[in-house]
Amino acid sequence: MKFLQLNRARLFYSVILILGLGWIWFSANPQSATSGKIPAPQAGFLAPDFSLNTLTGENIKLSDLRGKVVLVNIWASWCLPCRAEMPALDRAFQKYKGQGFIVLAINSTIQDSNAKAAEFASTNKLSFPILLDEKGIATRLYRVQSLPSSFFIGTDGIVREVIIGGPMSEALLMSRIEKLLQEGH
Amino acid sequence: MIPILQIGPFALPLAPFSILLMFWLGLSLAEKFAPRRGISADALYGLTMTGLITGLIAARIGFVFRYPGAFLESPLSLFSLNPGLLDPFSAISAALVGMLVYGQRARMHFWNALDVLTPLLAMIAVGIALSHIASGEAFGAETNLPWGIELWGAMRHPAQFYELVANVSILLFLGWKTQKSIHTGTLFLSFLGLQAGTRLFLETYRGDSSLILGEFRSAQILAWVILAAAFMGLEWIKKTQVYYQKEPDHG
Repeated sequence: MKFLQLNRARLFYSVILILGLGWIWFSANPQSATSGKIPAPQAGFLAPDFSLNTLTGENIKLSDLRGKVVLVNIWASWCLPCRAEMPALDRAFQKYKGQGFIVLAINSTIQDSNAKAAEFASTNKLSFPILLDEKGIATRLYRVQSLPSSFFIGTDGIVREVIIGGPMSEALLMSRIEKLLQEGH
Repeated sequence: MIPILQIGPFALPLAPFSILLMFWLGLSLAEKFAPRRGISADALYGLTMTGLITGLIAARIGFVFRYPGAFLESPLSLFSLNPGLLDPFSAISAALVGMLVYGQRARMHFWNALDVLTPLLAMIAVGIALSHIASGEAFGAETNLPWGIELWGAMRHPAQFYELVANVSILLFLGWKTQKSIHTGTLFLSFLGLQAGTRLFLETYRGDSSLILGEFRSAQILAWVILAAAFMGLEWIKKTQVYYQKEPDHG
């Protein structure tokens, strides 16, 4: 009787495993994986495009930066973690800009002001472009719920990682940028 | 999708919070279960904390070895609380070794210790499903089905909710299983097999699967291998391990 019970269990396991193989075969479909063609502020998706003016009046469009590793950092001057991570962002920009890396620091001006953003950038001698999101377009497109929000974007325009909150440490920035630059080459 | 819960000036990241909360609840559950299997709650706590601490230290060291240049320029980042600076493979390997050493020194029976840890693991699995709902990760494939949800620019299978239902069901099933007479190791291997089986099934409805050989979902292949190993393990322990009788009801 015990022998029969053991065999029944083995038969059950074998049927499940064969069904499992059949299910893997049935599920094989590369189209079902996200293709990265849909814009969304999530890893694996195309980074939502925007076009904003900088503090100096220059217009920058995200999609024009295809081929570069981009860090979109959404911040405000009153946000303490945003302020704390800016020096590290600047050092990373200085180090990697020659290799095709750019920081787009979008000031969420809809909840800040041009003057305060300019004052902060000037006081801290920030060398990367500061974009002004006066109408909250990028803030809404990137579904910002907390500041700072950072989006690492690969050379193909796909979001690779989203980091909500801060401050980001310098090692975190360097490790992510190096990885994305290596992927791009 | 609610990645952040704003409570006054505080922003609570819900995804890691769900996992931590379920870890704590799971540990309490496992501590209640442990004495029924002859392991004291203190010994279980020691085992879990050993795994956690060795895992965390190894995770940071593993990450430093992967990106030494980043830490040479900012050595203080070694002590950063940022979870993005952890290497998961190093964490799991070191945690397993640490727990194995602790278990041997405390003279714990290997399969019995795994059984006692199972409620904790099952609760962490529920926490991970909740964290996916909060963050919007592990999202579903596109669908026209009436129960599809709008997420990331398309109507999708609510894959995170499928995962939650599956993991809660596994937890309840294991709770029922602990009330029965079973061989040592059955609880853990049942958990492993059920997790692998549900992943194999539910991966079909995911929209973020990584592919192998051009078209097969790698998570399904791995899940099938784990499922087969769990079945082999269940067959093996039936022949070799102690049979735990259900304790008689008093009162």
